[in-house]
Amino acid sequence: MKRRYSLLTIYAAFFLVFLYAPTVLLPLFSFNDNTFAVFPLKGFTLRHYEAMAGNIAMIDALINSLVVGTIASVLTTAMSIPLAIGLTRRLLPASGLVLSTIMLPLVVPSIVFAVAFLILLVRIMNIELSLLTITMAHIFLCLPFSVMVLMSRLDGLDPSLEEASSDLGETTLGTFRRITLPLIIPGVISSLLMCFITSFDEFVLAFFLSGTQPTLPVFLYGQLRFPNKLPSVLALGSLILVASTVLVVLSEFIRRRDSAGSKSDTADLPIPANVT
Amino acid sequence: MGYGLVALILLVLLAPLIALVVLSFWTQQGFAIDKTPTLANYWSLIQPSDKATVYFGIPFYLKNPVPAILLLKSLVMSLVVTITVLVVAYPMAYFLAFRVDRYKVLWLILITIPFWTSYLLRVFAWKIVLGFNGAINSGLISLGVIDKPLDFLLYNPVAVVITLIHAWVTFAILPIYVSLEKVDRNLLEAASDLGDGRWARFCRITLPLSLPGVISAALLVFIPTVGDYVTPTLVGGPGGTMIGNAIQTLFFKQDNAPLGAAVSIVMMLVIAILCGLFLWAVGYKRLRERSAA
Repeated sequence: MKRRYSLLTIYAAFFLVFLYAPTVLLPLFSFNDNTFAVFPLKGFTLRHYEAMAGNIAMIDALINSLVVGTIASVLTTAMSIPLAIGLTRRLLPASGLVLSTIMLPLVVPSIVFAVAFLILLVRIMNIELSLLTITMAHIFLCLPFSVMVLMSRLDGLDPSLEEASSDLGETTLGTFRRITLPLIIPGVISSLLMCFITSFDEFVLAFFLSGTQPTLPVFLYGQLRFPNKLPSVLALGSLILVASTVLVVLSEFIRRRDSAGSKSDTADLPIPANVT
Repeated sequence: MGYGLVALILLVLLAPLIALVVLSFWTQQGFAIDKTPTLANYWSLIQPSDKATVYFGIPFYLKNPVPAILLLKSLVMSLVVTITVLVVAYPMAYFLAFRVDRYKVLWLILITIPFWTSYLLRVFAWKIVLGFNGAINSGLISLGVIDKPLDFLLYNPVAVVITLIHAWVTFAILPIYVSLEKVDRNLLEAASDLGDGRWARFCRITLPLSLPGVISAALLVFIPTVGDYVTPTLVGGPGGTMIGNAIQTLFFKQDNAPLGAAVSIVMMLVIAILCGLFLWAVGYKRLRERSAA
């Protein structure tokens, strides 16, 4: 009994190493005093970060990413709230069909979505490629995550609270504002953070739908072609990794805190487990 | 009025895919697009030819064999990725469900973080690991194991498969974990009381009851990896290209968007049919009902 326990634990430890080792190399080499990402390590330096901070094109790309991520996360969450309420309360007919359609971006390859958006926006609607087109595509991509988070939060709410509110004379809107919204706020914040991370890290849609203004991942991809730009790519990549990790942990923390009310199996999961 | 609203929501959500379908029935004539609906793009994908193009010993009697070959290659590569991912993910999900008592949230977050961090960067990390001047080569050289860099690590289908496994494995753990958590612990106790050993108990109770999660995990990994674009582009090289690269080439380099749209749709249809057949073959509905009972 004891031996089996330790075998599985050893496996889990190895798994975590496999999972994190390649990614940890980025920050490791970013502090290494060498223009190539090679062993043995030569010495500690911050010069790659200094070089990166002076790169104006990169700062512009960062601002673009922040703008797209902020707008996409706010708009997606604003759309998800009524959608999630309609779906959990079964206010809409064919809610199963609507939910599966919302979940489509999770299973359709990004490249297909990217070319589909390219056709719709550029060829049919004649919109010029810009940050706007990226934002629109990111809203589609973020919608499944946002709707899932809000639905699991709404699932855990006690319906008698809303009933009590309307019995006491509140309008539908008043009940939403004074009862539902305050109770789902952790879900809303978590949704905002998740959508922001998704948009901030997204590459394929942004790559195909960006005009002259690249987002940070698109800029980074452009830099990959130049071997001498590798150190600043490593520095930038490390910062992006750290930033998204902090946001993920923050978002998970907010979502799990006082979520004891929603004890469904999937409530604990960061991604929908049964989208198929 | 509910139906009107639902129809509107569906129309907005599906608009890009509808546009894709419409375009696939048009044709590219030089710089212009001929909007007469036709099946010409689809026909060109299956148009037979007397001359066979042989790929891996399989003859393709097609006039334009590239999309068909790349689709088949992508399906095979994704299948290898999916099977390996399931084998790697299952023990980890089992560990999370049955062995972790304290710090469960911490473990779940550790498993989740890679899923949320940049896909591009995680793939790029493999380029650094496997590259000619990469971590493995320079590490082995400085340890004195090899004299000159191994050049078979990067830019081939194996590199693509390894990278995809690493990128998608966390996606598979979660559904398996959920189905393992749902397994009624009384059943396990009953099996032990009735004389089943550890393995018999696992094979007769735990594994069958967790199959719905395994199947969802398989589909969650298989479906998106067939059309993956970033991984073959960064670590695949000329030999590691997949169908996603073909779609990109048709849209941008060959400037034949309608044909690219047709290839995308055929790819999704083939994936959908394969998944449908798979679910039917394993009797997914029955499995789910049994696990729910």
